Amino acid sequence: MTALWSWPARRLLLGAGQTAAVVLLVFALTEALPGDAAVALAGDQPDPGRIAALREALHLDRPAHERLAAWAAGLLHGDLGRSLTSGRPVSSLLADGFAPTLLLAALTLALLIPAAVGLGVLAARHEGRLADRVISALTLGVYAVPEFALGVLLVALFALRLGWLPPTAVGYGDDLLAHPAALVLPVLVLLSRPVCSLARLIRAGMTDALASPYVAHARRCAIPGSRIRYAHALPNALAPAAQQLARTVDWLLCGVIVVEALFVIPGLGTVLMNAVAERDVPVIQGLALVFGVTAVLLNLGADLVTHRFAPRAAVAA
Amino acid sequence: MTEQRHGPVDDTRFPGLHRRGFLAAAGGVAASGALALAGCAGPGASDGSADGGGRPRRGGTLRAAFAGGGASETLDPHLTNLFADAARAKALFDKLADYGADLAAAPRLAASWEPNAGLDRWTVTLRKAAFHNGKPVTARDVLHSYRRIADPKQAFRAKASLEPIDLKASRARDARTVEFVLKRPTAEFPNILAAFGAYIVPEGAQDFDRNPVGSGPFRFVSFTPGRSAVFRRNDDYWDGPPHLDRLEILVANEESARVNSLLGGQVEYAHELTPTTARAHEGRGQIEIVRLPHSAMQAFAMKTDRAPFDDKRVREAFFLIADRKELVDGALSGAGEIGNDLFGKGYEYYADGLRQREPDLDRARHLLKKAGADGLRVTLDTSAVAAGFTEAASIFRDQAAKAGVHLKVRTGSKDSYWQDTLDSGTLCCYRSGAMPIESHFSQRLLSASTTNATKWRHKDFDALYRQAQSTRNKADRAAVFGRMQRRLYTEGGFLVWGFADWILGTARTVRGVAHKAPANTLDWARFDKVWLA
Repeated sequence: MTALWSWPARRLLLGAGQTAAVVLLVFALTEALPGDAAVALAGDQPDPGRIAALREALHLDRPAHERLAAWAAGLLHGDLGRSLTSGRPVSSLLADGFAPTLLLAALTLALLIPAAVGLGVLAARHEGRLADRVISALTLGVYAVPEFALGVLLVALFALRLGWLPPTAVGYGDDLLAHPAALVLPVLVLLSRPVCSLARLIRAGMTDALASPYVAHARRCAIPGSRIRYAHALPNALAPAAQQLARTVDWLLCGVIVVEALFVIPGLGTVLMNAVAERDVPVIQGLALVFGVTAVLLNLGADLVTHRFAPRAAVAA
Repeated sequence: MTEQRHGPVDDTRFPGLHRRGFLAAAGGVAASGALALAGCAGPGASDGSADGGGRPRRGGTLRAAFAGGGASETLDPHLTNLFADAARAKALFDKLADYGADLAAAPRLAASWEPNAGLDRWTVTLRKAAFHNGKPVTARDVLHSYRRIADPKQAFRAKASLEPIDLKASRARDARTVEFVLKRPTAEFPNILAAFGAYIVPEGAQDFDRNPVGSGPFRFVSFTPGRSAVFRRNDDYWDGPPHLDRLEILVANEESARVNSLLGGQVEYAHELTPTTARAHEGRGQIEIVRLPHSAMQAFAMKTDRAPFDDKRVREAFFLIADRKELVDGALSGAGEIGNDLFGKGYEYYADGLRQREPDLDRARHLLKKAGADGLRVTLDTSAVAAGFTEAASIFRDQAAKAGVHLKVRTGSKDSYWQDTLDSGTLCCYRSGAMPIESHFSQRLLSASTTNATKWRHKDFDALYRQAQSTRNKADRAAVFGRMQRRLYTEGGFLVWGFADWILGTARTVRGVAHKAPANTLDWARFDKVWLA
């Protein structure tokens, strides 16, 4: 039992180290980019006097290590600092961006899991037959379409030609839920590729498991087919799927920049784009921290799930 | 979430400046004279009224989509930087003057201005106007606003424009009379009153993002940075109340999203479209395309203080290498006009009597040879910072090759391009939005100019500028500006090859949109004169 508990603890500790490394790396890379927030603010009026004044006002005239240390000291008190360009707390910028991101991610996930599992199981049950071939061909085809192209296509067809759905969520940023129709296309685009990859993983896992000796043995013991499929084969297929799912959730939470830009949804991806263009280091740091922690937690969760579904994962899957 | 301002943006810290500073100077569109446009319906408007626009109809909400600055946007008008900022600022606030279509300053909150004999003391009389809180706009408010902009602890963009004013010595003579004391004679002083970002705010600190109080045509309703700003009609506006009930300025950074939301009926006005979009939809009847000419000067900037461009024969050779028509067709997709190596086509004081330069490769080769520069190799800096830059660079590289000049195109980071090219390199892509020709001189072409990208430093040129600013008679002043432009035309550092149109799209119901106003002029994004048919 202690081994079971110390393993997540070790993983968490490692994750903290990884997150710190990511934040450091992002800081170093941002510093290495040409220009800083003062230059970005001055834009096409690069008056040296004004840039110097901006640097002073933004405290950019202090050495990089001092700024990093000050930021880290604030972090120990739970303070993510303030945006250079707006002077507003980074935490509030992140919170504002997180709401639309979370909504999109939750909707996508809520549809993704049943759709992918359903398709995967359906294909596995009819392995080699028409249903399997149609599903496999479709999932492969859709997976090959870049999300930007798919988004443009869906907007042109369903929003502009047929007029069934709004083309963007422009102006709905404060209350996306009040305009559910505007969420249909973005969620479809977000779903498209994960559904395909996940369904194919589940189909593969199921067909492997259904062909395995233990399933053959279960059949010999006259255990009903549905029980074999859903209680024995499916969990084995879910183990690799959980890993893929964790990566998908990570992607959904850490800024789906293309979809946000295409449909004007002001989530974390938009915050990131703006912060990088503005060289708003504290905001970039805050995002790196959030993204790092999210990735660590999700991967840990996925590993725990894998353990639960397939304790002998290394052998059976 | 409506007015999610966390942490008041206090004045002493450093409130929200935005990135992408280009727009003010950069993307400008053309101004349409204040008067010209009032009734100008889009071409092809279907309501068939004889005057093109019909009688303005009151009511309705107009939603306008702009590229924005993200979560760091603010309504503080002195921090105006992006087009979206300027559109919001002019809905809520007024300046003392603003630019007409020819970039001449026209009175706004100022009813009149009068210089002394030496042109270094100007008396400005304010019109009767009131802020949204009912208080009158006074001389004290004007001085407060200008002193706030000039605060040395801040870095407001308009600070440089106000530099000629001695704000310590300037004073309020009575409630509606301001006496501006200047550091030197400034015949074009009204340009300063119209400077980008020089808005008048009421005296005393205010929270611009939660409850901005201005004197503009619209009153504040709500604001979410990076998403939307909602305003409603100011029935007491001194220039007549707007026709619209409400105005919503929405942020959509992708051009495709702005077009799609316009086509899908989610907005009625989309700012900043590409020539490709314009061609796809022009005359199709679904939306109206508005092209504002003379909006953005397109140029190559040659650094005149270093080889090879310290030799004016090389500069002239480059003038003769450029095939301007090909550059406009290629880099601007034809959405613009060719230039003649001078800033400000269509603006007041523009020297339009000079012969249009045509490509002449033989003469260019001859000049280069005389300058000992045959087989010349030059690096041309460019970046994706502005539409058409990288295209212009490769087109010009091919044109130069025909004259035996080897141009190497170097593409730099767009976030720091303007600073990178200010002092380094020898040749770079350049562009500028609308501003008076006088401002172009003072910001870029005097020895003391802080953004002198061509390193044009000539005592006699400075002296001509001072002479123009000390010349009271307008025709005489125009003659001096003409001399300065002839000099630049002959041997200046800006190879001005074109002027890009600024392109907008509107729903077919939208009337009263100015068709001749370069961006950042009075009638550009002037929603108080717009109505929905």
